[in-house]
Amino acid sequence: MTTINQAPKLDIAKIRADFPVLQRQIHDEKPIVYLDSAATSQKPQQVLDAMDIYYQNTNANIHRGIHVLAEEATEQYEGARQRIADFVNAAKSREIIFTRNTTESINLVAYSWGRKNLNEGDVVILTEMEHHSNLVPWQMLAAELNFQLEFISVNETGELDLAAYKELLNLKPKLVSFVHMSNVVGTINPAKEIIRLGHEAGAIVLVDGAQSAPHIPVDVQDLDADFYAFSAHKMCGPTGIGVLYGKEEILLAMPPFLGGGDMIKRVELRSFVSNSLPHKFEAGTPAIAEVIGFGAAVDYLNSIGMDAIAAREHELIEYAHDRLEEVPGVWIFGPSADKKGGVASFTFEGVHPHDVSQILDRDGIAVRAGHHCAMPLHEKFDINATARASFYIYSTEQEIDLLAEGLYKVKEIFG
Amino acid sequence: MDDLYRELIIDRFQNPQFRGSLDPNDISFEDDNPLCGDHIRIDLRVGDDDVITEAAFDGRGCSISQASADLVVESVIGKTLAEVKNYTKEDVLDLLGIELGPVRLKCALLSLKVVKAGVYGLNVGEAGDDLIE
Repeated sequence: MTTINQAPKLDIAKIRADFPVLQRQIHDEKPIVYLDSAATSQKPQQVLDAMDIYYQNTNANIHRGIHVLAEEATEQYEGARQRIADFVNAAKSREIIFTRNTTESINLVAYSWGRKNLNEGDVVILTEMEHHSNLVPWQMLAAELNFQLEFISVNETGELDLAAYKELLNLKPKLVSFVHMSNVVGTINPAKEIIRLGHEAGAIVLVDGAQSAPHIPVDVQDLDADFYAFSAHKMCGPTGIGVLYGKEEILLAMPPFLGGGDMIKRVELRSFVSNSLPHKFEAGTPAIAEVIGFGAAVDYLNSIGMDAIAAREHELIEYAHDRLEEVPGVWIFGPSADKKGGVASFTFEGVHPHDVSQILDRDGIAVRAGHHCAMPLHEKFDINATARASFYIYSTEQEIDLLAEGLYKVKEIFG
Repeated sequence: MDDLYRELIIDRFQNPQFRGSLDPNDISFEDDNPLCGDHIRIDLRVGDDDVITEAAFDGRGCSISQASADLVVESVIGKTLAEVKNYTKEDVLDLLGIELGPVRLKCALLSLKVVKAGVYGLNVGEAGDDLIE
Protein backbone atom coordinates (compact mmCIF):
# COMPACT_ATOMS: atom_id res chain seq x y z
CA MET A 1 0.00 0.00 0.00
CA THR A 2 3.02 2.35 -0.17
CA THR A 3 2.01 3.66 -3.59
CA ILE A 4 -1.33 4.75 -2.09
CA ASN A 5 0.33 6.83 0.62
CA GLN A 6 2.49 8.65 -1.91
CA ALA A 7 -0.44 9.93 -3.97
CA PRO A 8 -0.72 13.72 -4.24
CA LYS A 9 -3.24 15.56 -2.08
CA LEU A 10 -6.37 16.52 -3.97
CA ASP A 11 -8.11 19.88 -3.62
CA ILE A 12 -11.46 18.48 -2.50
CA ALA A 13 -13.11 21.91 -2.13
CA LYS A 14 -12.28 22.67 -5.76
CA ILE A 15 -13.65 19.28 -6.86
CA ARG A 16 -16.87 19.80 -4.88
CA ALA A 17 -17.41 23.16 -6.56
CA ASP A 18 -17.73 21.29 -9.89
CA PHE A 19 -20.86 19.42 -8.71
CA PRO A 20 -24.05 21.53 -8.72
CA VAL A 21 -26.12 19.07 -6.66
CA LEU A 22 -23.62 19.26 -3.81
CA GLN A 23 -24.35 22.99 -3.48
CA ARG A 24 -27.97 22.24 -2.60
CA GLN A 25 -29.39 22.62 0.86
CA ILE A 26 -32.27 20.49 2.10
CA HIS A 27 -34.44 20.12 5.22
CA ASP A 28 -34.10 23.69 6.57
CA GLU A 29 -30.87 24.72 4.92
CA LYS A 30 -28.77 21.72 5.82
CA PRO A 31 -26.05 20.95 3.28
CA ILE A 32 -26.67 17.74 1.39
CA VAL A 33 -24.40 14.90 2.52
CA TYR A 34 -24.45 12.54 -0.43
CA LEU A 35 -23.16 9.12 0.63
CA ASP A 36 -24.85 7.04 -2.07
CA SER A 37 -22.32 7.20 -4.89
CA ALA A 38 -22.22 3.42 -5.34
CA ALA A 39 -25.85 3.69 -6.50
CA THR A 40 -25.08 6.59 -8.81
CA SER A 41 -22.49 9.34 -8.69
CA GLN A 42 -23.20 13.04 -8.90
CA LYS A 43 -22.32 14.78 -12.19
CA PRO A 44 -19.83 17.63 -12.59
CA GLN A 45 -20.72 20.76 -14.54
CA GLN A 46 -18.19 19.77 -17.25
CA VAL A 47 -20.29 16.68 -18.12
CA LEU A 48 -23.59 18.59 -18.06
CA ASP A 49 -22.06 21.30 -20.28
CA ALA A 50 -20.75 18.77 -22.81
CA MET A 51 -24.23 17.35 -23.28
CA ASP A 52 -25.89 20.79 -23.40
CA ILE A 53 -23.42 22.05 -25.98
CA TYR A 54 -24.03 18.99 -28.12
CA TYR A 55 -27.78 19.62 -28.11
CA GLN A 56 -27.40 23.37 -28.58
CA ASN A 57 -24.75 23.36 -31.33
CA THR A 58 -24.58 19.98 -32.99
CA ASN A 59 -27.58 17.73 -32.51
CA ALA A 60 -27.79 15.38 -35.52
CA ASN A 61 -27.93 11.65 -36.09
CA ILE A 62 -24.61 9.91 -36.53
CA HIS A 63 -22.90 7.74 -39.15
CA ARG A 64 -25.20 8.56 -42.08
CA GLY A 65 -25.81 12.22 -42.85
CA ILE A 66 -23.38 14.01 -45.18
CA HIS A 67 -23.75 17.43 -43.64
CA VAL A 68 -21.85 19.45 -41.11
CA LEU A 69 -23.98 18.67 -38.07
CA ALA A 70 -24.02 14.93 -38.76
CA GLU A 71 -20.28 14.85 -39.36
CA GLU A 72 -19.58 16.77 -36.15
CA ALA A 73 -21.93 14.54 -34.16
CA THR A 74 -20.24 11.42 -35.54
CA GLU A 75 -16.82 12.83 -34.73
CA GLN A 76 -17.81 13.68 -31.17
CA TYR A 77 -19.47 10.29 -30.63
CA GLU A 78 -16.54 8.28 -32.01
CA GLY A 79 -14.07 10.58 -30.26
CA ALA A 80 -15.72 9.75 -26.94
CA ARG A 81 -15.46 6.04 -27.77
CA GLN A 82 -11.71 6.44 -28.33
CA ARG A 83 -11.23 8.28 -25.03
CA ILE A 84 -13.27 5.67 -23.15
CA ALA A 85 -11.18 2.93 -24.82
CA ASP A 86 -8.03 4.72 -23.64
CA PHE A 87 -9.50 5.09 -20.14
CA VAL A 88 -9.59 1.28 -19.66
CA ASN A 89 -6.59 0.77 -22.00
CA ALA A 90 -8.48 -1.23 -24.62
CA ALA A 91 -6.23 -2.03 -27.59
CA LYS A 92 -8.78 -0.74 -30.12
CA SER A 93 -11.74 1.59 -29.88
CA ARG A 94 -13.87 -0.93 -31.81
CA GLU A 95 -13.64 -3.20 -28.77
CA ILE A 96 -15.83 -0.67 -26.91
CA ILE A 97 -19.54 -1.42 -27.46
CA PHE A 98 -22.04 1.13 -26.17
CA THR A 99 -24.98 -0.29 -24.22
CA ARG A 100 -27.44 1.22 -21.76
CA ASN A 101 -25.53 0.11 -18.67
CA THR A 102 -23.57 -2.73 -17.07
CA THR A 103 -26.74 -4.83 -16.85
CA GLU A 104 -27.35 -4.58 -20.58
CA SER A 105 -23.67 -5.34 -21.29
CA ILE A 106 -23.90 -8.59 -19.34
CA ASN A 107 -27.20 -9.45 -21.00
CA LEU A 108 -25.57 -8.83 -24.39
CA VAL A 109 -22.88 -11.39 -23.60
CA ALA A 110 -25.49 -13.86 -22.31
CA TYR A 111 -27.73 -13.56 -25.35
CA SER A 112 -25.07 -13.38 -28.04
CA TRP A 113 -21.99 -15.23 -26.77
CA GLY A 114 -23.95 -17.45 -24.36
CA ARG A 115 -26.58 -18.64 -26.84
CA LYS A 116 -23.90 -19.56 -29.33
CA ASN A 117 -21.39 -21.18 -26.99
CA LEU A 118 -23.24 -22.68 -24.02
CA ASN A 119 -24.90 -26.09 -24.25
CA GLU A 120 -26.59 -28.61 -22.00
CA GLY A 121 -24.20 -29.89 -19.35
CA ASP A 122 -21.74 -26.99 -19.67
CA VAL A 123 -20.59 -25.19 -16.52
CA VAL A 124 -20.68 -21.44 -15.83
CA ILE A 125 -18.97 -20.13 -12.68
CA LEU A 126 -20.31 -17.05 -10.89
CA THR A 127 -19.77 -15.94 -7.28
CA GLU A 128 -22.00 -15.58 -4.22
CA MET A 129 -21.33 -11.83 -4.09
CA GLU A 130 -22.77 -10.97 -7.49
CA HIS A 131 -25.18 -8.12 -8.09
CA HIS A 132 -28.48 -9.42 -9.51
CA SER A 133 -27.30 -8.14 -12.90
CA ASN A 134 -24.66 -10.87 -13.04
CA LEU A 135 -26.96 -13.59 -11.70
CA VAL A 136 -30.35 -13.29 -13.37
CA PRO A 137 -29.18 -13.19 -17.05
CA TRP A 138 -27.35 -16.48 -16.47
CA GLN A 139 -30.29 -18.00 -14.55
CA MET A 140 -32.59 -17.09 -17.43
CA LEU A 141 -30.26 -18.58 -20.01
CA ALA A 142 -29.56 -21.69 -17.91
CA ALA A 143 -33.31 -22.36 -17.69
CA GLU A 144 -33.38 -22.32 -21.48
CA LEU A 145 -30.15 -24.17 -22.32
CA ASN A 146 -29.78 -26.43 -19.27
CA PHE A 147 -26.20 -25.55 -18.44
CA GLN A 148 -25.01 -25.72 -14.84
CA LEU A 149 -24.34 -22.70 -12.58
CA GLU A 150 -21.65 -22.96 -9.91
CA PHE A 151 -20.71 -20.29 -7.38
CA ILE A 152 -17.41 -19.30 -5.80
CA SER A 153 -18.25 -19.08 -2.10
CA VAL A 154 -17.77 -15.96 0.02
CA ASN A 155 -16.25 -16.25 3.50
CA GLU A 156 -17.34 -14.41 6.67
CA THR A 157 -15.11 -11.45 5.93
CA GLY A 158 -16.73 -10.95 2.53
CA GLU A 159 -13.88 -12.33 0.43
CA LEU A 160 -13.97 -14.95 -2.30
CA ASP A 161 -12.66 -18.40 -1.41
CA LEU A 162 -10.00 -18.89 -4.09
CA ALA A 163 -9.31 -22.49 -3.00
CA ALA A 164 -12.97 -23.28 -3.69
CA TYR A 165 -12.62 -21.54 -7.07
CA LYS A 166 -9.67 -23.74 -8.00
CA GLU A 167 -11.77 -26.81 -7.15
CA LEU A 168 -14.62 -25.56 -9.32
CA LEU A 169 -12.25 -25.04 -12.24
CA ASN A 170 -11.83 -28.84 -12.38
CA LEU A 171 -15.35 -28.83 -13.85
CA LYS A 172 -13.84 -27.19 -16.96
CA PRO A 173 -16.20 -24.19 -17.08
CA LYS A 174 -16.95 -22.48 -20.39
CA LEU A 175 -17.38 -19.12 -18.66
CA VAL A 176 -16.34 -17.42 -15.43
CA SER A 177 -18.23 -14.19 -14.69
CA PHE A 178 -17.48 -12.21 -11.52
CA VAL A 179 -17.67 -8.80 -9.92
CA HIS A 180 -14.41 -6.82 -9.73
CA MET A 181 -15.50 -4.79 -6.70
CA SER A 182 -18.53 -5.74 -4.59
CA ASN A 183 -21.25 -3.08 -4.34
CA VAL A 184 -22.19 -4.41 -0.88
CA VAL A 185 -19.07 -5.45 1.00
CA GLY A 186 -16.71 -3.32 -1.09
CA THR A 187 -14.20 -6.14 -1.54
CA ILE A 188 -11.81 -5.60 -4.45
CA ASN A 189 -11.42 -9.10 -5.84
CA PRO A 190 -8.05 -10.31 -7.19
CA ALA A 191 -9.31 -9.98 -10.76
CA LYS A 192 -6.03 -10.68 -12.52
CA GLU A 193 -5.55 -13.97 -10.70
CA ILE A 194 -9.18 -15.06 -11.15
CA ILE A 195 -8.89 -14.36 -14.87
CA ARG A 196 -5.54 -16.15 -15.24
CA LEU A 197 -6.84 -19.25 -13.45
CA GLY A 198 -10.02 -19.18 -15.53
CA HIS A 199 -8.03 -19.00 -18.75
CA GLU A 200 -5.80 -21.87 -17.66
CA ALA A 201 -8.95 -23.97 -17.26
CA GLY A 202 -10.07 -22.96 -20.76
CA ALA A 203 -12.85 -20.51 -19.75
CA ILE A 204 -13.84 -17.17 -21.19
CA VAL A 205 -13.88 -14.56 -18.39
CA LEU A 206 -16.29 -11.65 -17.93
CA VAL A 207 -15.66 -8.95 -15.33
CA ASP A 208 -18.50 -6.81 -13.90
CA GLY A 209 -16.68 -3.51 -13.55
CA ALA A 210 -19.63 -1.34 -12.48
CA GLN A 211 -17.94 -0.48 -9.17
CA SER A 212 -14.29 -0.77 -10.19
CA ALA A 213 -14.14 1.43 -13.31
CA PRO A 214 -15.25 4.54 -11.37
CA HIS A 215 -12.91 4.05 -8.44
CA ILE A 216 -9.63 2.29 -9.32
CA PRO A 217 -7.34 2.32 -12.37
CA VAL A 218 -8.47 -0.39 -14.79
CA ASP A 219 -6.34 -1.84 -17.60
CA VAL A 220 -8.31 -4.48 -19.50
CA GLN A 221 -5.20 -5.67 -21.35
CA ASP A 222 -3.20 -6.10 -18.17
CA LEU A 223 -6.15 -7.90 -16.56
CA ASP A 224 -6.48 -9.97 -19.76
CA ALA A 225 -10.29 -9.78 -19.36
CA ASP A 226 -12.28 -11.20 -22.27
CA PHE A 227 -15.25 -8.99 -21.39
CA TYR A 228 -15.41 -6.02 -19.03
CA ALA A 229 -18.72 -4.23 -18.38
CA PHE A 230 -19.26 -0.79 -16.80
CA SER A 231 -21.73 2.12 -16.55
CA ALA A 232 -21.22 5.86 -17.07
CA HIS A 233 -23.59 7.01 -14.34
CA LYS A 234 -21.46 5.64 -11.51
CA MET A 235 -18.40 7.53 -12.79
CA CYS A 236 -19.58 11.13 -13.13
CA GLY A 237 -21.36 10.45 -16.44
CA PRO A 238 -25.04 10.42 -17.37
CA THR A 239 -27.53 7.57 -16.90
CA GLY A 240 -28.57 5.45 -19.88
CA ILE A 241 -25.09 4.73 -21.22
CA GLY A 242 -22.71 1.89 -20.47
CA VAL A 243 -19.98 -0.10 -22.13
CA LEU A 244 -19.21 -3.67 -22.96
CA TYR A 245 -15.50 -4.09 -23.65
CA GLY A 246 -14.75 -7.33 -25.50
CA LYS A 247 -11.63 -8.72 -27.10
CA GLU A 248 -11.90 -8.19 -30.84
CA GLU A 249 -11.53 -11.84 -31.86
CA ILE A 250 -14.33 -12.87 -29.46
CA LEU A 251 -16.67 -10.06 -30.55
CA LEU A 252 -16.05 -10.92 -34.21
CA ALA A 253 -17.14 -14.53 -33.65
CA MET A 254 -20.35 -13.52 -31.84
CA PRO A 255 -23.73 -13.18 -33.56
CA PRO A 256 -25.37 -9.74 -33.35
CA PHE A 257 -27.54 -8.85 -30.33
CA LEU A 258 -30.35 -6.45 -31.29
CA GLY A 259 -31.30 -6.14 -34.96
CA GLY A 260 -32.04 -2.87 -36.77
CA GLY A 261 -30.40 0.16 -38.28
CA ASP A 262 -26.65 0.78 -37.98
CA MET A 263 -25.84 -2.84 -37.11
CA ILE A 264 -26.07 -3.98 -40.75
CA LYS A 265 -23.81 -3.76 -43.76
CA ARG A 266 -26.55 -4.68 -46.23
CA VAL A 267 -30.15 -5.84 -45.94
CA GLU A 268 -32.33 -7.82 -48.32
CA LEU A 269 -35.95 -8.75 -47.73
CA ARG A 270 -35.06 -12.14 -46.26
CA SER A 271 -31.49 -11.69 -45.06
CA PHE A 272 -28.86 -9.26 -43.78
CA VAL A 273 -25.11 -8.99 -43.45
CA SER A 274 -23.86 -7.67 -40.08
CA ASN A 275 -21.85 -4.48 -39.87
CA SER A 276 -18.26 -4.42 -38.66
CA LEU A 277 -17.31 -3.81 -35.01
CA PRO A 278 -18.41 -2.01 -32.93
CA HIS A 279 -21.54 -1.15 -34.94
CA LYS A 280 -22.63 -4.79 -35.19
CA PHE A 281 -23.77 -4.50 -31.56
CA GLU A 282 -25.23 -0.99 -31.67
CA ALA A 283 -28.63 -1.24 -33.37
CA GLY A 284 -30.73 1.89 -33.74
CA THR A 285 -29.95 5.51 -32.90
CA PRO A 286 -27.76 5.38 -29.79
CA ALA A 287 -27.69 7.72 -26.79
CA ILE A 288 -25.48 10.25 -28.61
CA ALA A 289 -25.55 13.05 -26.03
CA GLU A 290 -24.93 10.54 -23.25
CA VAL A 291 -21.91 9.05 -25.04
CA ILE A 292 -20.52 12.58 -25.40
CA GLY A 293 -21.25 13.14 -21.70
CA PHE A 294 -19.49 9.88 -20.89
CA GLY A 295 -16.46 11.12 -22.85
CA ALA A 296 -16.47 14.30 -20.77
CA ALA A 297 -16.73 12.18 -17.61
CA VAL A 298 -13.60 10.17 -18.38
CA ASP A 299 -11.82 13.44 -19.25
CA TYR A 300 -12.86 14.75 -15.86
CA LEU A 301 -11.64 11.63 -14.03
CA ASN A 302 -8.37 11.70 -16.00
CA SER A 303 -7.84 15.33 -15.03
CA ILE A 304 -7.79 14.21 -11.39
CA GLY A 305 -6.08 10.88 -12.07
CA MET A 306 -7.41 7.42 -11.23
CA ASP A 307 -4.44 6.64 -8.97
CA ALA A 308 -5.17 9.76 -6.95
CA ILE A 309 -8.89 8.92 -6.83
CA ALA A 310 -8.21 5.38 -5.57
CA ALA A 311 -5.80 6.70 -2.94
CA ARG A 312 -8.26 9.36 -1.76
CA GLU A 313 -11.10 6.87 -1.45
CA HIS A 314 -8.83 4.60 0.49
CA GLU A 315 -8.24 7.39 3.02
CA LEU A 316 -12.00 7.91 3.25
CA ILE A 317 -12.87 4.27 3.86
CA GLU A 318 -10.17 3.93 6.52
CA TYR A 319 -11.61 6.98 8.25
CA ALA A 320 -15.20 5.73 7.84
CA HIS A 321 -14.35 2.38 9.41
CA ASP A 322 -12.77 4.15 12.38
CA ARG A 323 -15.71 6.48 12.91
CA LEU A 324 -18.51 3.93 12.37
CA GLU A 325 -16.95 1.18 14.44
CA GLU A 326 -16.86 3.46 17.46
CA VAL A 327 -20.69 3.76 17.45
CA PRO A 328 -22.10 1.07 19.79
CA GLY A 329 -24.34 -1.37 17.89
CA VAL A 330 -22.87 -0.70 14.46
CA TRP A 331 -21.36 -3.68 12.61
CA ILE A 332 -19.68 -3.27 9.22
CA PHE A 333 -20.33 -6.13 6.81
CA GLY A 334 -17.24 -7.15 4.82
CA PRO A 335 -13.45 -7.09 4.97
CA SER A 336 -11.12 -4.66 6.69
CA ALA A 337 -10.69 -1.27 5.05
CA ASP A 338 -7.38 -2.15 3.37
CA LYS A 339 -9.07 -4.78 1.19
CA LYS A 340 -11.92 -2.70 -0.15
CA GLY A 341 -13.13 0.32 -2.03
CA GLY A 342 -15.19 3.22 -0.70
CA VAL A 343 -18.25 1.27 0.46
CA ALA A 344 -19.35 0.65 4.05
CA SER A 345 -22.46 -1.51 4.46
CA PHE A 346 -23.51 -1.86 8.06
CA THR A 347 -26.20 -3.06 10.41
CA PHE A 348 -27.34 -1.34 13.57
CA GLU A 349 -28.34 -3.63 16.42
CA GLY A 350 -32.10 -3.54 17.00
CA VAL A 351 -32.79 -1.01 14.24
CA HIS A 352 -33.84 -1.77 10.67
CA PRO A 353 -31.68 -0.09 7.98
CA HIS A 354 -34.73 1.74 6.61
CA ASP A 355 -35.18 3.41 9.96
CA VAL A 356 -31.46 4.25 10.07
CA SER A 357 -31.69 5.75 6.59
CA GLN A 358 -34.81 7.74 7.41
CA ILE A 359 -33.33 9.24 10.57
CA LEU A 360 -30.11 10.16 8.73
CA ASP A 361 -32.15 11.78 5.96
CA ARG A 362 -33.47 14.28 8.49
CA ASP A 363 -29.96 15.65 8.72
CA GLY A 364 -29.60 15.70 4.95
CA ILE A 365 -27.53 12.52 4.89
CA ALA A 366 -28.24 10.20 1.95
CA VAL A 367 -27.38 6.54 2.44
CA ARG A 368 -28.91 3.51 0.78
CA ALA A 369 -30.88 0.89 2.73
CA GLY A 370 -31.85 -2.57 1.53
CA HIS A 371 -30.14 -5.57 0.00
CA HIS A 372 -28.43 -3.49 -2.72
CA CYS A 373 -29.47 -5.91 -5.48
CA ALA A 374 -27.52 -8.72 -3.81
CA MET A 375 -30.17 -10.76 -1.98
CA PRO A 376 -28.22 -14.06 -2.03
CA LEU A 377 -25.22 -12.48 -0.31
CA HIS A 378 -27.43 -11.07 2.46
CA GLU A 379 -29.28 -14.36 2.86
CA LYS A 380 -26.08 -16.37 3.12
CA PHE A 381 -25.09 -14.40 6.20
CA ASP A 382 -28.70 -14.17 7.45
CA ILE A 383 -28.74 -10.38 7.23
CA ASN A 384 -32.14 -8.96 6.40
CA ALA A 385 -30.75 -5.77 4.92
CA THR A 386 -27.96 -3.29 5.44
CA ALA A 387 -27.51 0.46 5.33
CA ARG A 388 -24.74 1.49 2.95
CA ALA A 389 -22.61 4.62 2.90
CA SER A 390 -20.50 4.95 -0.25
CA PHE A 391 -17.97 7.57 -1.17
CA TYR A 392 -16.46 9.28 -4.20
CA ILE A 393 -13.93 11.98 -5.02
CA TYR A 394 -16.16 14.73 -3.65
CA SER A 395 -16.77 13.02 -0.28
CA THR A 396 -15.17 14.47 2.85
CA GLU A 397 -14.15 13.46 6.34
CA GLN A 398 -16.61 16.05 7.67
CA GLU A 399 -19.43 14.20 5.93
CA ILE A 400 -18.33 10.97 7.60
CA ASP A 401 -18.34 12.82 10.93
CA LEU A 402 -21.93 13.89 10.26
CA LEU A 403 -22.81 10.28 9.46
CA ALA A 404 -21.36 9.14 12.78
CA GLU A 405 -23.24 11.88 14.63
CA GLY A 406 -26.42 10.81 12.85
CA LEU A 407 -25.90 7.25 14.00
CA TYR A 408 -25.66 8.41 17.59
CA LYS A 409 -29.06 10.06 17.06
CA VAL A 410 -30.45 6.75 15.81
CA LYS A 411 -29.19 5.19 19.00
CA GLU A 412 -30.91 7.86 21.05
CA ILE A 413 -34.28 7.37 19.33
CA PHE A 414 -34.26 3.60 19.53
CA GLY A 415 -32.74 3.50 22.98
CA MET B 1 -40.72 14.12 10.71
CA ASP B 2 -40.13 13.47 14.39
CA ASP B 3 -43.70 12.19 14.38
CA LEU B 4 -42.54 9.25 12.31
CA TYR B 5 -40.68 7.90 15.28
CA ARG B 6 -43.31 8.84 17.84
CA GLU B 7 -43.33 6.81 20.99
CA LEU B 8 -46.16 4.54 19.85
CA ILE B 9 -44.18 3.31 16.84
CA ILE B 10 -40.95 2.68 18.72
CA ASP B 11 -42.86 1.06 21.60
CA ARG B 12 -44.89 -1.28 19.40
CA PHE B 13 -41.73 -2.16 17.43
CA GLN B 14 -39.69 -2.96 20.52
CA ASN B 15 -42.51 -4.40 22.67
CA PRO B 16 -45.13 -5.83 20.35
CA GLN B 17 -48.30 -7.07 22.05
CA PHE B 18 -49.52 -9.45 19.40
CA ARG B 19 -46.34 -11.06 18.09
CA GLY B 20 -46.63 -14.84 17.91
CA SER B 21 -48.59 -17.51 16.10
CA LEU B 22 -51.93 -19.26 16.46
CA ASP B 23 -51.97 -23.01 15.94
CA PRO B 24 -54.53 -24.16 15.01
CA ASN B 25 -55.97 -21.17 13.20
CA ASP B 26 -58.79 -20.51 10.75
CA ILE B 27 -56.90 -18.09 8.53
CA SER B 28 -53.16 -17.66 8.01
CA PHE B 29 -51.49 -15.61 5.31
CA GLU B 30 -47.97 -14.26 4.76
CA ASP B 31 -46.31 -11.98 2.23
CA ASP B 32 -43.15 -9.96 1.61
CA ASN B 33 -42.31 -6.48 0.54
CA PRO B 34 -39.69 -7.39 -2.08
CA LEU B 35 -38.25 -3.87 -2.11
CA CYS B 36 -36.94 -4.05 1.43
CA GLY B 37 -37.42 -7.66 2.50
CA ASP B 38 -40.09 -6.91 5.12
CA HIS B 39 -42.02 -10.06 5.92
CA ILE B 40 -45.35 -10.42 7.77
CA ARG B 41 -47.49 -13.45 8.65
CA ILE B 42 -50.87 -13.01 10.30
CA ASP B 43 -52.91 -15.81 11.92
CA LEU B 44 -56.61 -15.40 12.77
CA ARG B 45 -59.18 -17.42 14.69
CA VAL B 46 -62.77 -16.78 13.63
CA GLY B 47 -65.80 -17.45 15.84
CA ASP B 48 -69.58 -17.21 15.44
CA ASP B 49 -70.99 -14.74 12.94
CA ASP B 50 -67.59 -14.43 11.26
CA VAL B 51 -66.18 -12.43 14.16
CA ILE B 52 -62.38 -12.52 14.63
CA THR B 53 -61.73 -13.72 18.17
CA GLU B 54 -57.94 -13.97 18.22
CA ALA B 55 -55.14 -12.67 16.06
CA ALA B 56 -51.34 -12.74 16.01
CA PHE B 57 -48.54 -11.72 13.67
CA ASP B 58 -44.92 -12.62 13.13
CA GLY B 59 -42.31 -11.28 10.77
CA ARG B 60 -39.31 -9.08 10.37
CA GLY B 61 -38.62 -5.65 8.99
CA CYS B 62 -38.42 -1.98 9.87
CA SER B 63 -40.13 -0.32 12.81
CA ILE B 64 -42.97 1.01 10.65
CA SER B 65 -43.85 -2.39 9.17
CA GLN B 66 -43.71 -4.24 12.48
CA ALA B 67 -45.50 -1.57 14.55
CA SER B 68 -48.18 -1.38 11.88
CA ALA B 69 -48.67 -5.16 12.01
CA ASP B 70 -49.04 -5.07 15.78
CA LEU B 71 -51.64 -2.28 15.57
CA VAL B 72 -53.55 -3.82 12.67
CA VAL B 73 -53.75 -7.19 14.42
CA GLU B 74 -55.00 -5.52 17.59
CA SER B 75 -57.59 -3.61 15.62
CA VAL B 76 -59.12 -6.59 13.78
CA ILE B 77 -59.92 -8.50 16.96
CA GLY B 78 -63.68 -8.25 17.48
CA LYS B 79 -64.32 -7.21 13.88
CA THR B 80 -66.20 -9.32 11.35
CA LEU B 81 -64.49 -10.61 8.21
CA ALA B 82 -66.72 -8.27 6.17
CA GLU B 83 -65.50 -5.30 8.19
CA VAL B 84 -61.85 -6.26 7.64
CA LYS B 85 -62.48 -6.57 3.90
CA ASN B 86 -63.45 -2.89 3.98
CA TYR B 87 -60.27 -1.75 5.72
CA THR B 88 -58.44 0.94 3.75
CA LYS B 89 -55.08 2.61 3.70
CA GLU B 90 -56.56 5.46 5.75
CA ASP B 91 -57.58 3.09 8.55
CA VAL B 92 -53.98 1.93 8.95
CA LEU B 93 -52.57 5.47 8.80
CA ASP B 94 -55.10 6.47 11.48
CA LEU B 95 -53.87 3.63 13.69
CA LEU B 96 -50.27 4.73 13.20
CA GLY B 97 -51.11 8.41 13.51
CA ILE B 98 -48.42 9.50 11.05
CA GLU B 99 -48.04 10.64 7.47
CA LEU B 100 -45.76 8.65 5.20
CA GLY B 101 -43.96 9.12 1.90
CA PRO B 102 -44.52 6.61 -0.92
CA VAL B 103 -41.67 4.26 0.00
CA ARG B 104 -42.49 3.95 3.71
CA LEU B 105 -46.19 3.63 2.87
CA LYS B 106 -45.36 0.17 1.45
CA CYS B 107 -43.84 -0.75 4.82
CA ALA B 108 -46.90 0.44 6.72
CA LEU B 109 -49.43 -1.26 4.47
CA LEU B 110 -47.88 -4.72 4.20
CA SER B 111 -49.86 -5.92 7.24
CA LEU B 112 -53.09 -4.60 5.71
CA LYS B 113 -52.35 -6.47 2.51
CA VAL B 114 -51.64 -9.67 4.43
CA VAL B 115 -54.74 -9.57 6.65
CA LYS B 116 -57.05 -8.72 3.75
CA ALA B 117 -55.57 -11.38 1.48
CA GLY B 118 -56.12 -13.88 4.30
CA VAL B 119 -59.70 -12.79 4.89
CA TYR B 120 -60.46 -12.92 1.17
CA GLY B 121 -58.96 -16.43 1.07
CA LEU B 122 -56.43 -15.58 -1.63
CA ASN B 123 -53.58 -17.87 -2.61
CA VAL B 124 -49.93 -16.91 -2.23
CA GLY B 125 -48.97 -14.56 -5.04
CA GLU B 126 -52.52 -13.30 -5.53
CA ALA B 127 -52.29 -10.44 -3.05
CA GLY B 128 -52.16 -7.28 -5.14
CA ASP B 129 -51.94 -3.58 -4.44
CA ASP B 130 -55.72 -3.25 -4.95
CA LEU B 131 -56.04 -4.54 -1.37
CA ILE B 132 -54.27 -1.51 0.10
CA GLU B 133 -55.84 1.34 -1.79
